[in-house]
Amino acid sequence: MTSKRTNWTVTILLMVASLLILFPLYLTITIALKTPQEMAGNLLALPKSWQWENFTNAIEMTNFFNAFGNSAFVTVFVVIFTVLTNSMVAYAVARNFHKRFYKFLFYYFVSAMFIPFPIIMLPIVKQTAAWGMDNLVGLIILYIVYNLSFNIFIYVGYIRSIPKELEEAAIVDGASTWGVFWKVIFPLLAPMNATVAILTCLGAWNDFMLPLVILSDREMATLPLVQYIFQSQFSTNYNLAFSSYLMALAPMIIVYIFAQKWIISGVMKGSIK
Amino acid sequence: MAVPGFVLFFIFHTYPALQGIFYSFTDWKGYGNWEFVGLKNYLNVFKDDRALDAYLFTFKFAIISTILVNIFSLLIAMGLNAKIKFQKTLRAIFFLPYILSILIVGFIFNFMFSHLLPQIGGNLGIEMLAKNILGDPNLAWIGIVIVAVWQAVAFNTILYLAGLVTIPEDLYEAASIDGAGVWRKFWNITFPLIAPFFTINMVLAMKNFLMVFDQIVALTGGGPGKSTESISLLIYRGGFEGGEFAYQSANAVIYFIVIVLISIIQLRFLEKREG
Repeated sequence: MTSKRTNWTVTILLMVASLLILFPLYLTITIALKTPQEMAGNLLALPKSWQWENFTNAIEMTNFFNAFGNSAFVTVFVVIFTVLTNSMVAYAVARNFHKRFYKFLFYYFVSAMFIPFPIIMLPIVKQTAAWGMDNLVGLIILYIVYNLSFNIFIYVGYIRSIPKELEEAAIVDGASTWGVFWKVIFPLLAPMNATVAILTCLGAWNDFMLPLVILSDREMATLPLVQYIFQSQFSTNYNLAFSSYLMALAPMIIVYIFAQKWIISGVMKGSIK
Repeated sequence: MAVPGFVLFFIFHTYPALQGIFYSFTDWKGYGNWEFVGLKNYLNVFKDDRALDAYLFTFKFAIISTILVNIFSLLIAMGLNAKIKFQKTLRAIFFLPYILSILIVGFIFNFMFSHLLPQIGGNLGIEMLAKNILGDPNLAWIGIVIVAVWQAVAFNTILYLAGLVTIPEDLYEAASIDGAGVWRKFWNITFPLIAPFFTINMVLAMKNFLMVFDQIVALTGGGPGKSTESISLLIYRGGFEGGEFAYQSANAVIYFIVIVLISIIQLRFLEKREG
């Protein structure tokens, strides 16, 4: 087979197209570092001098570290417990699939994916408020439970492809179902766990709608919600607003720069299922 | 473990959904007393211009965005799958929007539409760019489509790419020997082989776009006037701010039925094409 030459036309076209993706980020970074006076001039120009105070001002104004802490708290707990619990539920469903009840459960969870959130939105807000769940812990619980829908779908398919003999060997050695799950199944689920963790992390970190309707206290606002709340206070000070946006986006971008290979392949795996 | 999972899911997902359906037959405002009103709310939704406009806008937005996203992401995926330089870097750049908060991306684009484009338009003397499109009731939806497409192309590209890498290279070589051009290779080899991915992408994109919310909050807040109010936004506004709990619940039930119907129709239609 002859090795083909590099297709430069396509390479250049893609590079030009990628500027469309990078441009808004360039704009965000440069504006975040400019003075309000510079905003009257050419918006595309680089900042004359780097205004790091924009960041300190934005941190102070939006109480950034508080919001960052809220987002981090929610995301970390949601990711850990989603992976641990959803895989367990999926295991129970997958291994009892021959029983009618579990088969029903599978379709029950999966079909919930088609229920648009607005139909639950109004009642769930009343409910969480009545049960004292209009806070970060309530938010975490809701995410973990709602994630079941999609995760059962991808976990069950994967677990059913794992040969039963592996578990039977462990059972012969005297392991309980609990032991079998943690010692045999959970480690085998590693690739799926990674996919679920990545999708859950992105979902929880970037979500806006659920925190918007559930959280009652401004102090609890997550990063996207804070940007929304402060829209009127930013008013025309775009430098302040953009440095605030940049700080909210930065953690995920930094993670992405280091882990993009895993993130992309993880998302790919989850979507092919 | 399946049983507690089921119980929790029922409490936090199914029960509220049932409650929503229940209240849709009442006149509850979200507080105070209520009475059963039968199908009155449903009939009113069909007579409500605001609701009809929201449905029309959401459909227009979702259909156009779905088509655009699929065209762009398929093109980019085919480009990334070709023999190119910097493949990994380019792939990483095109996937980047997927990891960003839609709301914040929306705020950034909002600035671009309101300040950057008018500045460029003014400098170049292009009348059409000189004004903020988000401020024009007839054009604001275009801004929302641009942001939604910019963001959604990332995920769909990855899905198409996953499909494209499974196509063996020899198929194309055989076709080249038979004298097939680029266009014929696409329609006779590429497209049939990635048809299942096309189906998933169309269904998922459509479903997500029908639920559009964040982009609109960040760009127009539903305005100017009510010209870009989506169904989600209408339910949110009416339900929480307008004291229309029961009425918007009825709207949400209709919305749910519409989404399910569209998903089923799409699946049927596209699977038939796959053969």
